[in-house]
Amino acid sequence: MIQLSHLQKLEAEAIFIIREVAATCEKPVLLYSIGKDSAVLLHLAMKAFHPGKPPFPLLHVDTTWKFREMIAFRDETARRLGLDLIVHINQEGVGAGVNPFSSGSRLHTDVMKTQGLKQALDKHGFDAAFGGARRDEEKSRAKERVFSLRSAQHRWDPKNQRPEPWRLFNTRKAAGESFRVFPLSNWTEKDVWDYIALENIPVVPLYFAAPRPVVRRNGAWIMRDDERMALLPGEMVKTRLVRFRTLGCYPLTGAVESEAASLTDIIAEMRASRSSEREGRVIDHDGSGSMEQKKQEGYF
Amino acid sequence: MGALAETRGAPAPAGAFRPANDEGQNAEGSARALLRFITCGSVDDGKSTLIGRILYEAGAVFDDQLTALDADSRKFGTQGQAPDFALLVDGLSAEREQGITIDVAYRYFSTAQRSFIVADTPGHEQYTRNMATGASTADLAIILVDARKGLLSQTRRHSFIVSLVGVRRVVVAVNKMDLVGYDEAVFRRIEADYRTMAAGLGFTTVDFIPVSARDGENVTQASRLTPWYRGPALLPFLEAVTLAGEAPEAPGFALPVQWVNRPDLDFRGYAGMVAQGRLRVGAGIAVLPSGRRSSIARILAPSGEVSQASAGQSVTVTLADEVDVSRGDVIASLADGPLIRQDLRARLLWTGEAPLREGGEFILKLATTTANASVTQLQHRLDVESFAEVPADELPMNAIGLASLRLDRPLAVQDYVQSRELGGFILIERLSNQTVAFGFIDEGLSTQRGAGMAGQEPSLRRALVRELGRPGSARRRAFVSGLSWRAGSSLMLAGATIALGASEGLAATLAIGDFVLRPLAHRVHERLWRRDDAGALQDGAGI
Repeated sequence: MIQLSHLQKLEAEAIFIIREVAATCEKPVLLYSIGKDSAVLLHLAMKAFHPGKPPFPLLHVDTTWKFREMIAFRDETARRLGLDLIVHINQEGVGAGVNPFSSGSRLHTDVMKTQGLKQALDKHGFDAAFGGARRDEEKSRAKERVFSLRSAQHRWDPKNQRPEPWRLFNTRKAAGESFRVFPLSNWTEKDVWDYIALENIPVVPLYFAAPRPVVRRNGAWIMRDDERMALLPGEMVKTRLVRFRTLGCYPLTGAVESEAASLTDIIAEMRASRSSEREGRVIDHDGSGSMEQKKQEGYF
Repeated sequence: MGALAETRGAPAPAGAFRPANDEGQNAEGSARALLRFITCGSVDDGKSTLIGRILYEAGAVFDDQLTALDADSRKFGTQGQAPDFALLVDGLSAEREQGITIDVAYRYFSTAQRSFIVADTPGHEQYTRNMATGASTADLAIILVDARKGLLSQTRRHSFIVSLVGVRRVVVAVNKMDLVGYDEAVFRRIEADYRTMAAGLGFTTVDFIPVSARDGENVTQASRLTPWYRGPALLPFLEAVTLAGEAPEAPGFALPVQWVNRPDLDFRGYAGMVAQGRLRVGAGIAVLPSGRRSSIARILAPSGEVSQASAGQSVTVTLADEVDVSRGDVIASLADGPLIRQDLRARLLWTGEAPLREGGEFILKLATTTANASVTQLQHRLDVESFAEVPADELPMNAIGLASLRLDRPLAVQDYVQSRELGGFILIERLSNQTVAFGFIDEGLSTQRGAGMAGQEPSLRRALVRELGRPGSARRRAFVSGLSWRAGSSLMLAGATIALGASEGLAATLAIGDFVLRPLAHRVHERLWRRDDAGALQDGAGI
């Protein structure tokens, strides 16, 4: 018997899941959010269909508040791999002037991310969307299936999920229903970084420590990525050596002070850390059930 | 943070445990690398509390999550000012509100010794299917028993399901020992009751540990309150437990085809995860169920092109000939491959809301294929109290029974005890698309099923099969080939000795024979035996 390492088993399982979607769903799409989990997911999708290309496009729901480096990395990645990239922006939200500052994180996330995602899925008629979410991220995600069924209104019904024994996925759905599929369900943050190091997968440089212009706001270091972020009275832009553990909208993503400038440093830092990777995510702290609430409303 | 700050003073020894995102330095592939386990048992036995307590004491809960726990405990907690550890795992609002576990939660953590994936499963009978889901991928089960209540029907039901899905290693955690004054007699009585109950379930080992999940006694450290218990606390036990080595590699191989990869006219590959055995480039194959033959030309693994691949690997293979292969077909070895069946006998764990009745029609999904299936006969239902098989004309939700199914086309299958991948299936209700049953094929195909199977073959034949392998199997071929080599080479050497003996000394001749002729002859002999044997396709494999 060829002994597989822990990462090889996770890799084999994820590839199996990705192929299962391609084989059983009409029109899948890969939700590409540019972060490290998306990078791993995309890498696995490339492997799953080698020597061919993945038979689905990438979709990025752009809130217009992502870090500029993320956008540059996104476009470069699609070009390098020769994949179709669909960028969707909720124009209604833009028209209504929704933004993370005056609208608040909750409304901004709901309109620009959740509603934007639903618009894009409906517009293109995608019936399955891959996401890079992992069960170890958050306690309602720990309850999520690999194939998560969503109603025609994109709602998740956590109390009535289909049982999912072994690796046998029930991929049947009624017209209008769709799946969110999570090939990285069983990966931990450390698995993701170990795999990135092992496979030499490119990631956005924001994960590595560098001097960046940051503002201390509500106890978090927020990077002032462009002029749209107005300074409040008493706030000063400082240059600090920081990096990001997760990436989202820049006004909603806290940086951590760190000297970790390489993958080895990042992995070492993570071992010693006493806080979860989502600590820097402002949207997770809108109440203990807030992730579940957002998921029910159609958030990933 | 008040309450938490107090209890946080006494977690497990500092430095011994690390957060979830640290897997330690385990040697991959060792018997102690990763342990997947579940907690199960009846409602309110304290499963989630126990897991929450283990995660907390193992340092697998981050500071920001502890802050959230503190807030949740004040709102929903049942432990007064103290943190309610169940809230760490009961991730759904409905669960926290009602104080019950509805769905299985998967948690990931590590200690210096080992990595763990734990599935915390619900105790309510209504959610048995979620418990069975968690059990289906577990290596070990912790069955909780409330010391005050002893064995309940959920204890029996969960123990049976654990056995049904193939878990062979069980730990009974007798919980809430604090509520019975850490009384040894209570513990021993439950131990004896459980041993009697589980006698026929086929567990290789059952261990018993007295614990108090709420107070953390015998969870990560041995308790001083149970001096009569000499065994390890639960977490050290889980760190040290060794699982019986993985089953020996099956002689044949099977690759259920998931996806036909045709990026251009020059490449046609068949992608899937190897279900059993080992594929090798050059090996002869049959495409099941059609029975068409070819051989493996190339194997593409995630790491690149390889010469062989074994169970659990996701690969893409190409074949030497243009044969018709689609998703759902199984690329199998010529010998020792799966069997072809259109009628199945299987145990069913019914998860549908409406009961199963004879004549029911469903979609069956097995490996990467689906077929229409009708339940032709319900042979019996299991009585959960006595484990007796009782006649039944329906299976209500959460019941277990044995049924005969008729498929609308033949499929490549195995008994569940031989192969989870080719012996486990689900039934899907056509209108609602709900998964209404977990199925376990039980055709009695396996030769190693003990009592139930004895007498089907004459004992001499069984002994022969045991020693030499089945006709056409790799082991039988190896034996016959060895026999033929021994006889053939001896004859050849004797002939050479006679031919040359007149002119040369006998000793010199034998030396020449041994050094020159024997390796030469061996190569010729091997080549003869390597040729693919057209008759090697087994009964039922194909056509």
